[in-house]
Amino acid sequence: MVTIATSHQRRDNRNFYLWISPWIFGFLVFQVGPMLFSLYLSFIHWSPFGSSQWVGLGQYIRMLHDPLFWKSLKVTGYFTILNVPLSIIAGLAVALLLQREVRGFRFFRTIYFLPRALTGVGVAYLWVYIFSPNFGLLDHLLSYVGVHGPAWLYSRTWVIPAFVLMDIWSAGGGMVIWLGALQDVPKTLYEAASLDGATPWAQFWRITLPMISPVLLFNLVMGVIHSFEVFSNVYVMTAGGPGTSSLFYVLYLFREAFPGFHFGYASALAWTLFLIIMAFTLLIFRTSRAWVYYETEVEGRR
Amino acid sequence: MIQSTRQTKSVSRTAASRARRRRGRHLRTAVIYATLVLGSLGIIVPVLWTASVAIKSRAQLAQYPPRLLNFPMHWENFITAWKAAPFTHYFFNSVEVAFLAVLGTTVSSFIVAYGFARFRGYGRNVLFIMLLATMMVPPQVTMIPTFMLMRFLHWINTFYPLWVPGCFATSGFNVFLLRQFLTGIPRELEEAATMEGASPLHILGRIILPLSMPGLAAVAILSFVWNWTNFMGPLIYLNSQSKWTLPLGLMNFQQQFTPLPNKMMAVSLLITLPIVIVFFVGQRYFMKGIHLGRSLQ
Repeated sequence: MVTIATSHQRRDNRNFYLWISPWIFGFLVFQVGPMLFSLYLSFIHWSPFGSSQWVGLGQYIRMLHDPLFWKSLKVTGYFTILNVPLSIIAGLAVALLLQREVRGFRFFRTIYFLPRALTGVGVAYLWVYIFSPNFGLLDHLLSYVGVHGPAWLYSRTWVIPAFVLMDIWSAGGGMVIWLGALQDVPKTLYEAASLDGATPWAQFWRITLPMISPVLLFNLVMGVIHSFEVFSNVYVMTAGGPGTSSLFYVLYLFREAFPGFHFGYASALAWTLFLIIMAFTLLIFRTSRAWVYYETEVEGRR
Repeated sequence: MIQSTRQTKSVSRTAASRARRRRGRHLRTAVIYATLVLGSLGIIVPVLWTASVAIKSRAQLAQYPPRLLNFPMHWENFITAWKAAPFTHYFFNSVEVAFLAVLGTTVSSFIVAYGFARFRGYGRNVLFIMLLATMMVPPQVTMIPTFMLMRFLHWINTFYPLWVPGCFATSGFNVFLLRQFLTGIPRELEEAATMEGASPLHILGRIILPLSMPGLAAVAILSFVWNWTNFMGPLIYLNSQSKWTLPLGLMNFQQQFTPLPNKMMAVSLLITLPIVIVFFVGQRYFMKGIHLGRSLQ
C-alpha cells in the first residue's frame, strides 16, 4: 500500500516537473537571471568598452543628487495619485450601472469596453490630434461653453491631466473585473437588507463595498503598478515635454539605458522602481487588513 | 361594514405608494440610461471625430471652426496614406512577430498551467507563488541584461527577442488564467475516460483541450493585443527599417515626413483595426465578467 502511494507520488512529481519545465527554464533565463544581473550592474560603472568598475552604492547616491530623478518621481507620483482613484471610480461606476441586465446592456458593455481594444501607438497619435490646440476636438468642444482650452500637451500644467484624461477614457473597460465581483455577492444579503428597510445607498456601503473589497485591493495594486510603468504613450506623444513636465520615470530610465548606454545607472533606476512598487504593494496589503473583508474570516470564526 | 372600508382604504393607500414607487423606479431607470448614453458619447465621439479627420482633404482640414463632416468625403486618404510609406511591409513584419508570439505564448502557457493544475509535485505551491510574483517585477528590471543576452546571441535586429522569451511561459498572468480554467474541469471526467481505457494523450486532446478553449482564446487575444502594440521591444531590438513593425513605422512616418493630420489619422486607425476586430470576435470571453473570486483570497 505504502509502495503504491509513493510510486504514485513519484510519478506525479516527475510529471509535474516535466510539464512545468518550460516555465522553469524561462523563469531562470529570462527572469531571475536578468534580475540578479541587473542588481549587479547597479553596483558597477558599466562601460561599453569593457572596463567596468565596482562603485558600490555609488549609482544610488548619484540618484539622490539627480534633479531629473526627483522630477520623474514627482511626475509619476502626481499622475498616479490622480489616475488610480479616478480610474477605479469610473470602472466601478460603469459596472454598477451595467450589472442589471437592462435592455441594451450588452450594447453598452461593448461600447464601454471598446477603448480597451483601442491601444497602441496608433491611438496615441489619435489623442495627439484630439489634444491639439484650436483644431483639436477637446478645445473645439470647450469653445462651445466659452472656455478657451489650454494647450494640453504643450502646457506644463495640463500635460499630466491630459494623460489622466486619456486613461479615464478607457477606464470603463475595467468593469469586466468589477462585474465578476458584483455577480459573486450573494443575493440573499440584499434581500435581507431590503426587508430591514435599508436604502440602496446604505446597501452599497454596507454590503456591496465590503463584499467586493478584495477586488478593490487587486485593482488598487494593479493600478499603481500600471501608473508607474507608463512609457510608450509619453514616448510618442510628448517625449517628456514640454521641458521635463511629463518626464515619467520609465521614460527617464529608458533614455539613460538606450540612447545613453548608462547601463549601471539605468539598472539602479530600475531596481529603485521595483523597490518603490514593492513598498507600495506592501503598504496597501498592510492597511488592507483593516478594510478588506474575506469570507474565509467568518468561516474561521465559526 | 366598517372593516371593509378600512380594507379599501388600506388597499388604496398601498396602490398609491406602489404607483409612487413605480414612478421612482422609472425615474431611476431614466437617470441610469441618461448616464450610460452620456458616457458612451464620451467614448464614441473622439473615435468618430478622428475618423472624420481622416477623410478630409487638405482644404477641409484648414477650415475653422472645424466641422464633423465635410463633403465630399475623401475615402481615398486611407489608401494614399498607407502607400506613403512601406506600411504593407511593416504590416507583414507585425503579423509574423504576432503570429509566432501568440502561438508560443498560448501553447507554453497551457502546458505549464496543466502541470500546475493536475500534478501534485514537491514545492508546487511555492513555485506557483513565485510565478505570480513575477507579475510584479517591472519589465525594466530585466530589460538591460536581456538586451545583453540577445546581443551575445547575435539576435539584435531579428524578431527572436520579440517572441522567443514568450515560448517559455514567462507571462505569469496567462498561466494563472489557464490554471484557473483547468482546475475547474472536474477530475471525474478524466477518471471515467481512464476507466474506459483512454490514454493520457487521448484524454488531453479529446477532453481537456476542447473544454479549455475559452481560456485559450482569452490568452491568445490578450497576447495578440500585447504583441501587436508592443513598442518598447521593437524600439530596443529592431534598428533597420526593413525589420520595423507597425508601431515603429508609424512613429517614423510622423517624425520624418510630418504628414498632414488626415494621413496620420488614417494610418493610425488602420493599424488599430486588427485589434478591434479581434476584440469583437472574442468579446464573449470577456463580457460575462472576469471572476477573480476565490483566487484573490
